Amino acid sequence: MSDTTDTGPVLAADGTPLKKSLSRALRMQKVRALMLIAPLLIFVLVTFIAPIVDMLFRSVENQIVSETLPRTTAALEEWDPDTGELPSDEVFEAAYYDIFIAAERKLHTRLGTRLNYEQTGVSSLFRKSGRGLDDIGEVYQDQFEDLNENWDEARPWAELMSDPDWIAAREAWDEDGAAPMPTYRLQSGISDVLPRTAEAYRIFAEFTQREDEDSPLEEEPWSMVHTALFQDLTEQDVSGYTGPQAAMLQGAAGAVGEFETISFRDGFVEIDEDWLDPEVWQTIQTYSPNYTTGYFLNAVDMQKTPDGPALRDEDERIYGLLFQRTMFMSLVITFSCILLAYPVAYLLSTLPMRKANLLMILVLLPFWTSLLVRTSAWKVMLQQQGVINDVLVWLGLVADESRLVMINNQFGTIVAMTHILLPFMILPMYSVMSTIPPSYVRAAKSLGASNWTAFWRVYFPQSVPGIGAGSILVFILAIGYYITPEIVGGTTGTFISNRIAYHISSSLNWGLAAALGTLLLVVVLGLYWAYDRIVGIDNVKLGG
Amino acid sequence: MSDEVALNDPKTLPLSFTLPVVGAAGGFFGLFVGTAQGSTLLGIVVAAAVCAGLAYLAMVVMGVPQERTFKWGVRALFAVLGFLVGALPGLVVGLLFGWFIGWFIYWIGRARYRMTLPPYLTSGQVLWEYTFRVLCGAIFVFLITPILVVMPLSFNAENFFTFTPGMLAFDPEAYSLKHYRDFFTSSEWQQALRNSLLIAPVATLLAVSFGTLAAIGLSSEHVPFRQAIMAILISPMIVPLIISAAGMYFFYSRIGLQGTYLGVVLAHAALGIPFVIITVTATLVGFDRSLTRASANLGANPVRTFFKVQMPLILPGVISGGLFAFITSFDEVVVVLFVGSANQQTLPWQMFTGLREQISPTILAVATILVAISIMLLTTVEILRRRSEKLRGMSPG
Repeated sequence: MSDTTDTGPVLAADGTPLKKSLSRALRMQKVRALMLIAPLLIFVLVTFIAPIVDMLFRSVENQIVSETLPRTTAALEEWDPDTGELPSDEVFEAAYYDIFIAAERKLHTRLGTRLNYEQTGVSSLFRKSGRGLDDIGEVYQDQFEDLNENWDEARPWAELMSDPDWIAAREAWDEDGAAPMPTYRLQSGISDVLPRTAEAYRIFAEFTQREDEDSPLEEEPWSMVHTALFQDLTEQDVSGYTGPQAAMLQGAAGAVGEFETISFRDGFVEIDEDWLDPEVWQTIQTYSPNYTTGYFLNAVDMQKTPDGPALRDEDERIYGLLFQRTMFMSLVITFSCILLAYPVAYLLSTLPMRKANLLMILVLLPFWTSLLVRTSAWKVMLQQQGVINDVLVWLGLVADESRLVMINNQFGTIVAMTHILLPFMILPMYSVMSTIPPSYVRAAKSLGASNWTAFWRVYFPQSVPGIGAGSILVFILAIGYYITPEIVGGTTGTFISNRIAYHISSSLNWGLAAALGTLLLVVVLGLYWAYDRIVGIDNVKLGG
Repeated sequence: MSDEVALNDPKTLPLSFTLPVVGAAGGFFGLFVGTAQGSTLLGIVVAAAVCAGLAYLAMVVMGVPQERTFKWGVRALFAVLGFLVGALPGLVVGLLFGWFIGWFIYWIGRARYRMTLPPYLTSGQVLWEYTFRVLCGAIFVFLITPILVVMPLSFNAENFFTFTPGMLAFDPEAYSLKHYRDFFTSSEWQQALRNSLLIAPVATLLAVSFGTLAAIGLSSEHVPFRQAIMAILISPMIVPLIISAAGMYFFYSRIGLQGTYLGVVLAHAALGIPFVIITVTATLVGFDRSLTRASANLGANPVRTFFKVQMPLILPGVISGGLFAFITSFDEVVVVLFVGSANQQTLPWQMFTGLREQISPTILAVATILVAISIMLLTTVEILRRRSEKLRGMSPG
């Protein structure tokens, strides 16, 4: 017995070494604590952090250009905009196919809207082109049709291009049945004979099946397919082809030499002269990468130019002004809160407990009252036919016809927000001031300090932490306010958050909204970090 | 004791002090009455003279023994004067002024203003002390007036956002419950109320149940990455609402939650969580861990210990955290504007659109109801806070 205690390690009751047993118990405790936290942590991560990360991501995300115009962006890579020349014909060809497909999918207007943020006029250009590109294809479609009526029929096309097994399967497929629709397959070998046509037809067939829920067997192909066929027939030798509808194809192959042609570039120019403007192509090229700094540049009034980022023209700069105004008004609100809160907090901290608690209700009631109630109250008070103007007119201080304009401007926003945020300043100040012993000021006075010196040199320095805590809190809250500026701010009293909301719900420029939001978030997190340093997040108190 | 009484004993101050001060106060009010009646200067002079005369009457003729009679007389006098000038509202204003000036004359003339102050203050300090109090009073008025103004306006019989002449004349016809009737009969407002009452409690329940568990976990001694976890859990309170709303709008539309009841509930629960965490962890700071050990020692399993020992003690904190979460969701408008659709219109949403488009003063009726609710909540939280401090052995603040 004594041997084990002297030589071996100390053992726990179950015979394991005590050290091990203790560390296991500690680990158990940690795991238990984490298990308790885990549900909430996951909940917050999914419902809150993920959206924020998504927003950050969206502010640089730019897949829409390369997804909608994959061929064009690939072809444009080689083009050097500095030469001042238009891109090559291949680019126009690629753009024809891309925009045609996008127009069928109704995606071209979305892309146009996206690029319109960068260059005005692109939106209408894309909308026009979506409608107009059919004209190019119809030149060929009509000539093929004149040659052989079958070129305008769904069935012969399907037989020419598709896998016979797929045709059989598709015919046997019951629309109301449980079985899935057979996946489209091209005829084997057709891609070698007619590469462009096969690709164009496959896109058409898949789109018809999936989006339109029709059968390619019954739908005649898009004019884009005819264009592709014309291109293939002028370049490829199809005499070796022996599959279905070989005769029809051979017939066409013999005739294409005589066809009236139209170059893609001329086709585009016919739709809109703007396609001759290298800037349009340059915009597409600049925004073809999957990620862009464009939104952020936009959010700080800059834009991409061939020589790198540069400031926008003087009259197009709005966000710098808006950020400045947001900062300035938040500062004014913070200062007026300090001015109003300091005497009140001082009074509350020096009064006897019973009286202070009674007066505290006057601070806490606004704090607990709905934000919208307070905002609507200020609207009632400040408007031209409102309570304050009525009282001033009644007292004769203001003439009836020259009522003061106190709402829908900066003044309205500042007054209403000072009132709304004042409790957030009073409460931290009060909690700091109530810890300052009154004997210090008395001691200072008994040592001969004047009232002012005693306050300024002894009391005030001790109350500074309260001012700091309250100021940062009020500033953080003010800088992100949306509701109050929206209702009482008019056009001159709005904040950056109103612009963010505008871009989300009205202009639909989500990327720019996300970039502005990210900038605002960075500012707030920086301030929050400072707050944590000065006050400590654990010291946040609610309701006094 | 007797020294103190002697030092603070009010005495009649010389008339050369009392009369000008009272006269100045009267003149200040006379300024407004005079302006309203068309002659500013006349108003000041007449009012100053009347008030100084009253002060002379009070100090020299009637004195302290007849103070009560004097005050009633002054009130009656100004009520009648007010009625002659401005009918019913004038009568009320006159009565208030009479009450004030009667009190003010004795307060100044008998040096009663020194009674509550330390006797060693100089007159400059006394003046400063009262200036300070008046200043604070003005700030309190600023804080509370907007809320008080809304209430009477909600009984307006007209569709105005301001006091009508009828209301000022206390004409019963000018008051009505019309806007309350609107609120209770309009299907839009009722739908909004229903939505609010469907969303807020569920969001609160989610926030409180997850939040309490996590707060208990966070309060144990050995939690790895406590700082980081705390920062994540508190973040919904720090991030400006517009950013949360934007992020949630983008993300929830990606995963199909945008415009659904569930989406709004989840968003509101996330916003309420920091409040639950903060209040419950604050309660747990003073929690005596030996109680749970004692309970375990006596053979209770962890679940039983939690419900029988820990829960009753932290319940006040949990409930007030829940109230915060509830009011967050009940009041919230920015996030619901973006995450919700027309089917999830809540009361604040309805108020917001009403304010923006200036439709009807029904908003004021709703505002009054909401103020009543917040007074109830405030009372509850205050009671709970005191109870919690008593339970934890602190003196009630």
